[in-house]
Amino acid sequence: MQYLLLIYGNETAMQSATETQVAQMHAAYGAYSEALKKAGVIVGGERLKPTSSATTVRVANGKTEVLNGPYAETKEQLGGYYLIDVPDLDAALSWAARCPGASAGTLEVRPIWAM
Amino acid sequence: MAQAQSAREAAEGAARRSYGKLVAFLAARTRDVAGAEDALAEAFAAALASWPDRGVPDNPEAWLLTVARRKMVDAVRDRQYDEGAAEHLALLAELAESEESDAIPDERLALMFACAHPAIEAGVRAPLMMQTILGFDAAAIASAFLIAPATMGQRLVRAKSRIRQAGIPFRVPGQSELRGRLVDVLDAIYAAYAEGWSDAAGTDARRRNLAEEAIWLGGLVASLLPQEPEALGLLSLMLHAQARRRARRDAEGAYVPLDRQDVALWDERLIGEAEALLRRASAFDGIGRYQLEAAVQSAHVVRRRTGSADWAAIDRLYEALEALTLSPVVTINRAVAIAQTQGPQAGLQLLASLGADARLNDYQPYWAARAGLLARTGDRAEAERSYERAIGLERDPAVRQFLQRQREALAQR
Repeated sequence: MQYLLLIYGNETAMQSATETQVAQMHAAYGAYSEALKKAGVIVGGERLKPTSSATTVRVANGKTEVLNGPYAETKEQLGGYYLIDVPDLDAALSWAARCPGASAGTLEVRPIWAM
Repeated sequence: MAQAQSAREAAEGAARRSYGKLVAFLAARTRDVAGAEDALAEAFAAALASWPDRGVPDNPEAWLLTVARRKMVDAVRDRQYDEGAAEHLALLAELAESEESDAIPDERLALMFACAHPAIEAGVRAPLMMQTILGFDAAAIASAFLIAPATMGQRLVRAKSRIRQAGIPFRVPGQSELRGRLVDVLDAIYAAYAEGWSDAAGTDARRRNLAEEAIWLGGLVASLLPQEPEALGLLSLMLHAQARRRARRDAEGAYVPLDRQDVALWDERLIGEAEALLRRASAFDGIGRYQLEAAVQSAHVVRRRTGSADWAAIDRLYEALEALTLSPVVTINRAVAIAQTQGPQAGLQLLASLGADARLNDYQPYWAARAGLLARTGDRAEAERSYERAIGLERDPAVRQFLQRQREALAQR
């Protein structure tokens, strides 16, 4: 089954991180991505720019509305994701727990709707 | 006529013995618990229709499995739009191959671990096990857990859908995770037992049944994991409690506290089984909540021979439980035990150490324990106040009446 690991964290804290902390985080994510590749479970994954760069779009009554900012203001923000292919939820949860984002923030694990 | 009767009995017998095994096996790979239950219900209906004419098959379980599997295949094909229908059918085809062998693999333990998975809401784990392993319908479970049937039905449907959608595996966890996950399975079984046990008068057949079925589940886990001391400990604890079932009320239906129960009413055979299980558990490493609680029961049972419970041992066991669970409920029990060996003042001091835990405001055993200890120190006014709190919080009329009598007895001191 494929699962999306959504990485939520506190953007403001991230932006005020020291250079050493940023370097450590990069290294941790690098090692984690490498482990996912070696295990052959990674389908994809990216880091997102901060929510201040987000634009929201919706069409109501045939009119396109474009709004500046993220869909919802939350305490922790979506900062990136991994898409993995593993046998079951237990495997997905164990990969989620290993993600550096799980120690700094929260990971949401969502199964993909297979077509 | 006689043949129809025996066919019905064979079908019902197979239902009782095999229900959980067949659901577990049918759902293990597809994770489609609701689909397995529906298919199995149709297979039982087909058995009742066909066995009276054609006779009961040599292997009723295998017959039911084959029919149920075909029904599941039909149901998947009928779905207009279904994610992973092809995969679903392939998994069902694999099941057909394993039907060639005589013995159906026992996946019930794997199903229990799925039901008690951390991704399933804790409150629905016990009901989910009662339904999938034992075949209870939602209405019966709802009445046993004192919840509206529609609510219980919805929660069960949601939980089953979650097992499938989230991909919760049917697997007994590996050694490294086993003990952590087993606790959730045991807690769910104990929750079912406690629900059944709370009907002390034994007048509600459904809830009495619940206690017995929980013991059956506990026995199943203990037999499938005979080296897990906590599984043995839980079964021992439930059997100890069950052994005293009849002694909890007197002939008039009045509540009898444990230390005043007539030991002649305790069930010797169940106590013997419980003690043997606890001894077996102690041979393995891994002390835990259920072994300690079973050992407390064992120290109470000593009264059969010596006339008095081993209060010093009970105090030590509660001390260990306190360190393990950090639960104020354990501290209350320990305060009562300490009062037996060191006097009521020592017990009250321990109760006072709980401080202002707001949860205790509405917790009947705290106020009942406090009242009893205060009465023994002679502080009538404070004891009276505590009894009143306890009486106001108690739901069981027999216990309430007992507390009222205790309070009245204060005046006669």
